[in-house]
Amino acid sequence: MNILSYLKENLVFLDGGMGTLLQSEGLRAGELPERWNLSHPEIIRRIHRAYFEAGSNIVSTNTFGANRLKFSAEELDEIVSAALANARAAQEGIDHPTFVALDIGPTGRMLRPYGDLDFEDAVALFAETVRLGVKYGVDLIFIETMNDSLETKAALLAAKENSALPVFVSNAYGADGKLMTGADPLAMVTMLEGLGADAIGVNCSLGPKALSGVVEEYLRYASIPVLLKPNAGLPKAVNGETVYDVLPTEFSEEVSSLVRKGVRLVGGCCGTTPEYIAATVAATKTMSPVAIEPKNLTSVSSYTHAVLFGEAPILIGERINPTGKKRLKEALRNHEIDYLLNEGIAQEEKGVSILDVNVGLPEIDECEMLVTAVSELQAVLDLPLQIDTADPVAMEAALRRYNGKAMLNSVNGKKESMDAVFPLAKKYGGLVVALTLDEQGIPETAEGRLAIAKKILASAREYGLSEKDLIFDPLAMTVSADPNAAKETLRALSLIRKELGCHTSLGVSNVSFGLPARDCINGTFFALALEHGLSAAIMNPFSDEMMKTYYTYRALHGLDENFGDYIAFAQTLPQATSATVATTLKASSPEPISSELQKAIIQGRKEQAASLTRSLLGAVAPLKIVQNEIIPALDTVGVGFEKKTVYLPQLLMSAEAAKSAFEVIKEAIPSSEAAGKKGRIVLATVEGDIHDIGKNIVKLLLENYGFAVTDLGRDVPPEKIVSEAKRLGVQLIGLSALMTTTVPAMEETIRQLKKVLPSCKIVVGGAVLTKEYADMIGADRYAKDAMETVRYAEEIYETEQCN
Amino acid sequence: MSMDTVLVRTYDAPPVRRGEILRYAGVRGEGRELAPLLSECLEEVDSVLHYSVCYAEFPIYRTESILDLGFATTTSRDLQKNLAGCSSGLVFAATVGLGIDRLIARYARISPTKALLFQAIGAERIESLCEVFCRELSEDQGEYLLHPRFSPGYGDLPLAFQKDIFARLDCPKNIGLHLNQSLLLSPTKSVTALVGREKRES
Repeated sequence: MNILSYLKENLVFLDGGMGTLLQSEGLRAGELPERWNLSHPEIIRRIHRAYFEAGSNIVSTNTFGANRLKFSAEELDEIVSAALANARAAQEGIDHPTFVALDIGPTGRMLRPYGDLDFEDAVALFAETVRLGVKYGVDLIFIETMNDSLETKAALLAAKENSALPVFVSNAYGADGKLMTGADPLAMVTMLEGLGADAIGVNCSLGPKALSGVVEEYLRYASIPVLLKPNAGLPKAVNGETVYDVLPTEFSEEVSSLVRKGVRLVGGCCGTTPEYIAATVAATKTMSPVAIEPKNLTSVSSYTHAVLFGEAPILIGERINPTGKKRLKEALRNHEIDYLLNEGIAQEEKGVSILDVNVGLPEIDECEMLVTAVSELQAVLDLPLQIDTADPVAMEAALRRYNGKAMLNSVNGKKESMDAVFPLAKKYGGLVVALTLDEQGIPETAEGRLAIAKKILASAREYGLSEKDLIFDPLAMTVSADPNAAKETLRALSLIRKELGCHTSLGVSNVSFGLPARDCINGTFFALALEHGLSAAIMNPFSDEMMKTYYTYRALHGLDENFGDYIAFAQTLPQATSATVATTLKASSPEPISSELQKAIIQGRKEQAASLTRSLLGAVAPLKIVQNEIIPALDTVGVGFEKKTVYLPQLLMSAEAAKSAFEVIKEAIPSSEAAGKKGRIVLATVEGDIHDIGKNIVKLLLENYGFAVTDLGRDVPPEKIVSEAKRLGVQLIGLSALMTTTVPAMEETIRQLKKVLPSCKIVVGGAVLTKEYADMIGADRYAKDAMETVRYAEEIYETEQCN
Repeated sequence: MSMDTVLVRTYDAPPVRRGEILRYAGVRGEGRELAPLLSECLEEVDSVLHYSVCYAEFPIYRTESILDLGFATTTSRDLQKNLAGCSSGLVFAATVGLGIDRLIARYARISPTKALLFQAIGAERIESLCEVFCRELSEDQGEYLLHPRFSPGYGDLPLAFQKDIFARLDCPKNIGLHLNQSLLLSPTKSVTALVGREKRES
């Protein structure tokens, strides 16, 4: 019998602890338990056997850490083969249904960006173990004790891509009800159901009582079976022995109360023994399994939390999209990821729940840029993302790496589009925005758009998706071209919501194209759309009118408890006084303002530096402001730093203030003029090193002093530094390393650079470096701090200009 | 406690030492102009910090120039000096979690000043955690005296010793602490160390 069909009708009993039992059999701390499959098969068999006899239906093979990081390919093969044989031997003669699961635990390494294991390398590691499990004939795959969402995704993908077996996924939650890397239960349920897990749940870390809150969250949200394998409480040292503080009877009572609430698979983890399983089997003997209700949740998730589509409207920030945005286009072409990240963070601070990410430009590699944008955004903010591209290859690449369940923008009623997008949504999980247009275009009437929606839904079903996986966008058309356009869109919203029961979204601002004061139209149209059942809007959170509608709608519909959000928003609205301030600034002469600007920069007042620059721009040429105000102010601070009268944080505050002044100037002058910089410099933290604060400080100051900087980030392989330096034709490269262990990587980078680009100068810095060390590894210069790097860069590029 | 047992403790936030934070940030003096920004950062960081420690006991055997700690051996002379007079010890790993690394990464992009302050806060927080933990341990020791903690990378104890500590403590599972291939810790605001136990003169 297949485990999934058995699970439909029955409670399933899993096994209990393995590691703790092996320790009592003599396994030493630090010894790899997987080797005992080969060296002590009789002990492993005895333990499996004891679990089957206690009533377990599924035992997991002794392969928790069986992966290529710990074992050679040959040994791994032997271990998985022996582990399977041991479990199979224990099954013989047991008279209740039994199954053997391939046990897969975490790799023990952290994935990028906070660790150094690449996502695809993690997938490949898990895939090897999965393929061996398939080769030796396991019944199912059990991924367990995962405490990071991205690693969980890597393991589940590997299992799905390399086998047709059922896959159960279990995560380890801390006492705060979250994974070590921050995901809450709903985020995990959302992601794992999207990826097609067959059962999901919780194991290890804590006892059953301490895990009950997390388990109840799983039961509330999951539409698939929920499993539970808690520890026997917490370990304590008593008279030289490790003892767990929850005994079998108490354990079985607590577990069975969760079975009563709907848990379908139960077992134990650290500290539990066959006795615990037997007690649990006895305690639940008379219970019948609780039926699993489909929850029909429409949701997306990040690595910390999920966003549920329901009554309250959801804002999707639209600003990461180059259409009509000169500055963003320039940033994408120059690989200025920071600009894009700032756009993301600024929208998050404005209160959007999801960010749309569109980086399509004809002259760049969209696939590579989309993957970079998604990974980098997920390194600095935790909003779920909407992957927005017309290229299915780019969509898949970004979706694969995405940590969570993403929104996909978009599919439409054309067959080609549906055939490309739906398989991706099915494989990786994804909430798909469906535009109601097809080969014949956009129907004029609401009924026409509903018909396309129905067609799209029917096709989605064929791919194994359902209503909850789609968000329909009935398309906001320009009202100035057709006065009835808005009305039809609004009717279509109601029809789709009522007839199909699906959620909806709109790119609201399209409606006002060609009209003056577009925000007025947009804000009102948004309000009408919400009243017609709109679930989400793709919008600009910097539009006050849109935000007013959003907050007032929630307040008026009882969706904002105590008007807390509304009141907080009201306080951010511009007050009458600010207009007066602006006038005063404009009225006064540029002279006092200019010294004010220097003062603002020296004192590190960011907002003021920007607004003073803005006021100065009317009267003074942009480059004059740079030469006469910003640079002198920076010099004052820089000299102070060198004399040790100014400390690093003050230096940075001034640099940030100068940068905000520069951004204002950049907007004011054509990019060709701004590009007339002193020269370009490539910066990187060397391979293996993940520290980058020093490098970032150097970057900020170099930019302040007028250099164009290409920042390759951290943990950068030598080959990449060489190829980028070559491509950009730079004269100076700055390398950073913080640890003694990564200095060899710096040395190797220098060696390769000197070979390919002998005329290039290399400046190095970082905590462990000294001048002697820098000389030894072949650097041209050691810079003890950021100011020294600036001085050196000026030296190099001045020489260059003389030549 | 058993020589095999790995125990985990979690803590509430130890008292914040602002002077230490400013010192880590490179400020000499009062740093009065930074006070509001520092307060803002401390408020922001509060909810993302999780203070946890895992630890285990080890025996100490000495043969010629080799120190055998049960879970690992080393020829480090500086560690031998540190453990002089001790017949056993404790090995621990402590972390304040990944949240602060995320904040540092985020502010590195939008405000390097705040990123620097978060770095300094992280350094102060993990040091404070280690101190609270070691103080608590020394109160449990009865007739034993604890030596100052000693970490891989101190003196001639190689960073590679981290691998032995990780094999002993299973840090990824117990406190979510990982070791990467260049022997860096992730989360970065983490410490591993050995603490010797010496019998008090009676």
